[in-house]
Amino acid sequence: MSEQQNDPLIIAGRSFQSRLLIGTGKYRDLEETRLAIEASGAEIVTVAVRRTNLGQNPDEPNLLDVISPDKYTILPNTAGCFNAEDAIRTCMLARELMDGHDLVKLEVLGDQKTLYPNVVETIKAADVLVRDGFKVMVYTSDDPIVAKELESLGCVSIMPLGSMIGSGLGILNPHNINVIMEDCKVPVLVDAGVGTASEAAFAMEMGCEAVLMNSAIAGARNPMLMASAMRKAIEAGREAFLAGRMPRKKYASASSPMEGTIVSK
Amino acid sequence: MLIQVNGDNLEIQEGASVADLIAQLELGERRVAVELNLEIVPRSRHADTALSQGDRVEVVHAIGGG
Repeated sequence: MSEQQNDPLIIAGRSFQSRLLIGTGKYRDLEETRLAIEASGAEIVTVAVRRTNLGQNPDEPNLLDVISPDKYTILPNTAGCFNAEDAIRTCMLARELMDGHDLVKLEVLGDQKTLYPNVVETIKAADVLVRDGFKVMVYTSDDPIVAKELESLGCVSIMPLGSMIGSGLGILNPHNINVIMEDCKVPVLVDAGVGTASEAAFAMEMGCEAVLMNSAIAGARNPMLMASAMRKAIEAGREAFLAGRMPRKKYASASSPMEGTIVSK
Repeated sequence: MLIQVNGDNLEIQEGASVADLIAQLELGERRVAVELNLEIVPRSRHADTALSQGDRVEVVHAIGGG
């Protein structure tokens, strides 16, 4: 058996084969969402919780009809919340919506322009939610001290941003992500910022346990093809991490033996 | 009586329950979660939770998001 097959991602005691988590926002329609998720191989899929439009067509298809909670682990998020109170209420509603399922993605944002996490409110919300029995996967900045604080509160996964949500700028401070991973006992995932396959592979080669993304796939010209590319990049990056890269050397080191080379002079 | 649902005023029959509200909104078949005056109303309690004048109700569902 290859090492890869025997290498599950474990979050809050649950085991997953895929290390790619994907969001369901920004797709053209539910069919494109479904096809992209299938191509990505993701098992954990994030959703947002919003007020139901009253008076809408009751026959309109529902996201959870397309992405069945029987087939996927649904990860409700608190996207759009700018304070701890709203994030906590959203999680409570999500738990009710998902029949008691208590795994949530906590994100409390600072402002519209950057969508950068407000870590003060994030910490407040995490504390309340963990005490209430939620399994909190938390979106945060790449600050190692904040990450440690969130871990000590009992979050089940620490998810620093690679760069701003939806920016596609990649992983701007890999050094900080490395520092976070060094001490963290729960899985560290890069959440946000990945723009293309090489950046996903890079995160995995660094030793991240998984990557969560949305825009990189939904915003690609061909989302299904990018979803497939991301699946391979995550697998390749993970295998490269497990394999252990060769050391970097200052000068060349020949791959072919020198002995027996024909010599004219 | 008048209540507020998702921020909008809504006229509903005196003594209506949360289940009656869901039916009136034609959301019976949909997967929704209900909050009444900041408290979750579990699905199993919709039928026996009565609404009162001025109640503030939130009805939410899952949509695409990252």
